[in-house]
Amino acid sequence: MKFTASRNACKLCSPLGACIAFRGVGEATPLLHGSQGCATYIRRYLISHFKEPVDIACSSFTEASAIFGGKSNLKTGLDNVVKQYNPRLIGVATTCLSETIGDDVNLFIRQFKKEACARDLPELVAVSTPSYRGTHMDGFHQAVKGLVEYLAKPGPAAERLNIFPGFVSCADIRHLKEILEDFGFSYSLLPDYSGTLDAPVWPDSGETKEGGTAIEDIVNMGSSSASIEFGRTLEKTETAGESLRRDLKVPLYNLGLPIGINETDRFFKLLQRLGKGTLPRKYKSERGRLIDAYVDGHKYVFDKKAVVYGEEDLVIGLASFLSETGIRPVLCGSGENSGKFKDCIEAVVLPQHRRGIDVRAGADFLEIAEEAEKLSPDLIIGNSKGYFLARKLDIPLVRAGFPVHDRIGGQRILHLCYRGAQELFDRIVNALIEKDQDASQAGYSYA
Amino acid sequence: MVKLLEERKQQIHQKGKEPFNLECGKDSLPGSVSQRACVFCGSRVVLYPIADALHLVHGPIGCAAYTWDIRGALSSGPQLHRLSFSTDLSEQDVIFGGEKKLDACLGELIDFYRPKAAFVYSTCIIGVIGDDVEAVCRKVSREKNIPVMPVDSEGFKGTKKDGYRAACEALFKLIGTLKRDDVGAKSVNILGDFNLAGEIWIIREYFRRMGIQVVSTITGDGRVDDIRSAHQAGLNLVQCSGSMMHLAKLLEGKYGTPYARVSYFGVEDMADALYKTADFFKDPEIMKKTQALIAEEISAVYPKIREYRQALSGKKAAIYVGGAFKALSLIKALRLLGIKTVVVGTQTANKDDYEQLEKLCDKGTVIIDDSNPLELSGFLKEKGADIFIGGVKERPIAYKSGIAFCDHNHERKVPLAGFIGMLNFAKEVYSSAASPVWRFV
Repeated sequence: MKFTASRNACKLCSPLGACIAFRGVGEATPLLHGSQGCATYIRRYLISHFKEPVDIACSSFTEASAIFGGKSNLKTGLDNVVKQYNPRLIGVATTCLSETIGDDVNLFIRQFKKEACARDLPELVAVSTPSYRGTHMDGFHQAVKGLVEYLAKPGPAAERLNIFPGFVSCADIRHLKEILEDFGFSYSLLPDYSGTLDAPVWPDSGETKEGGTAIEDIVNMGSSSASIEFGRTLEKTETAGESLRRDLKVPLYNLGLPIGINETDRFFKLLQRLGKGTLPRKYKSERGRLIDAYVDGHKYVFDKKAVVYGEEDLVIGLASFLSETGIRPVLCGSGENSGKFKDCIEAVVLPQHRRGIDVRAGADFLEIAEEAEKLSPDLIIGNSKGYFLARKLDIPLVRAGFPVHDRIGGQRILHLCYRGAQELFDRIVNALIEKDQDASQAGYSYA
Repeated sequence: MVKLLEERKQQIHQKGKEPFNLECGKDSLPGSVSQRACVFCGSRVVLYPIADALHLVHGPIGCAAYTWDIRGALSSGPQLHRLSFSTDLSEQDVIFGGEKKLDACLGELIDFYRPKAAFVYSTCIIGVIGDDVEAVCRKVSREKNIPVMPVDSEGFKGTKKDGYRAACEALFKLIGTLKRDDVGAKSVNILGDFNLAGEIWIIREYFRRMGIQVVSTITGDGRVDDIRSAHQAGLNLVQCSGSMMHLAKLLEGKYGTPYARVSYFGVEDMADALYKTADFFKDPEIMKKTQALIAEEISAVYPKIREYRQALSGKKAAIYVGGAFKALSLIKALRLLGIKTVVVGTQTANKDDYEQLEKLCDKGTVIIDDSNPLELSGFLKEKGADIFIGGVKERPIAYKSGIAFCDHNHERKVPLAGFIGMLNFAKEVYSSAASPVWRFV
């Protein structure tokens, strides 16, 4: 039965995505223009995943602001963020409330700057993220695009790569940076929350301001030699990379999230082409070991049925990876609905897996669960919000993506490239072995 | 010195430094990064544990998504409250209005899940786009023959406290609509316990042993029909006073039911709560049972608590919680462990609450209303706190500062109420404070 209501949403609202992207800029503070609850709920949700303080300011609407507009609250909010955090950038994201009453945030910011003319203000970047439009991924991409459009400047062409990885884990970002460095690229990666949302404990002097993409690096994105953007559904859409291509003539390469051998090969080939170099030895070995692991584990996973859910581009990457190992991604679900989900899934899975995949865009968790029950799957891959289904079906849930609220280390799950696939593959095979081992009468101590 | 925003200075007080005149009950200061949520949050947390009701959040998806399975409010039966329902309004709905969608959602969900009642939470934009939620609720209630209660919880229309109030109003409308035959005079409603980690079951068991009937639990492990007949109870016991006092007063006004403020946290307050209840019914038999119960329970946990006290004595604590009742109980409970409270703050306490807190605190203690992360981390450091007690948003502030932490909020999985809860609390505090990991920080 198809419901009009959403039952256990498999998506979050757009301001959340914008906050994550803004947290990926060095010395930046996000500010939500709306009710206090938006900032607090989103903080709580992010804290439970990243296990980090995630300070998000708010213009804290009152009844008066809803009637007369949120201008004065926004100004007070900006002022107080400057006083408290002295950031280099404030990322302002709107909410359903401020959008519905028609606040012109860009105008308010211009007026704020004018009134504060003598003062040294941080960069103020505003994005439109009403929660009734799109999902957290739209908010994320909007914020990345907003940052680039506001900051990136043309300049003398430089041998530098822009990389827009999308919403990946802190470990993924760190790994991408390592790869780019090993290839010898100079690069700008946006957003980089690997240091801000997975930080060491504070030193004695208190909170640090380390981590995040430097504002100068975003400025320089306008003169880079190429941009790489992950996410097959983003191809030919209005993204940060597209904006740089159109306005500043930076060539754009769209790739799928590099999960598994096939998608990672594409990424590494592109890097070789752009860098005119060869694959560093380290990655050749990683690829070799990954294939060796696929061989070692192939029988445990062959023809197993997997349910995969999460953001569309993550699911597409995971489906590609699962399919190449012999696992059938029988149900691919997402709360997003780009209109491209099904085509992209079909493009990445093997022909023998293509038929019969149940692809559900714009789905919620109970719809996914009800369909999953009919398919008697062997495992589930996705964020912790699908745990209830794993429990009901008594099958393993291999945690990936966001949020992981029921384990520590969600921010350190590695998904990307050969090394990420290696970790995912080991975890998947072992989850299946463990399930069989626990269920077996004999309780063998070998696999 | 902790750097403070000028407008925040009157909401912070250090006992003994100047006359006590703390400002509170104000809207959160924009840009301050308040730890508070909103009106919707207040309503949602209060009504959430009613397990056989449908909870439908009317608005765009965020508010429902962030409150899915958010509290450890256990149910001994139905689990409907753990599902997250939303009308998931899209741009089209915002333009053309969400009434039709709300009507359709309510209808299909009630048909499918067969709840005993439905609560419809209005989020920020509902009033702005002009939806007549009350009319839709009335219509659906008529069609489906169950109570469908609109909850006026638009996020910006006040603070979390106004959300509590809206939840109380909805509950009040429900109460008195069903009469039971088995309610005796020596009976109570438990207001303001949310059955986190099964706490209400501990309290219910105490009352059973005392010979007191529990008519309804509002709202922990709550059931619609019990709540509907809550007007028949002889006494309302109000724990979370910030959230439930309004309902207690409404019930006193309409049904003449007296109420008593209690807390089930800490040995002292737990014993007080049971004595207060026993006193009220003026029944020597109940009093005798109560005395025996308290003696037995205390002797069961005291020796172990004493061991923890030895290990923890002399440490300093900071507290930041939602309401005042918990802060008051915590200061006393910590004292029992030999721990002095050096910072105490709440999101929503009122003037009277803060006056009580000030009286209870030691000289030098910092009292804060509606604080933020920078203030909290600043005061933790300045006052040399060894352990921080709070909720999810406070935890990383403690950890990053290299300070032990005890979760005393929605997500706790170990019961901290009752006499056994005091022992659990001591264990929780000890297991963080005594960890060897702090040497590396």
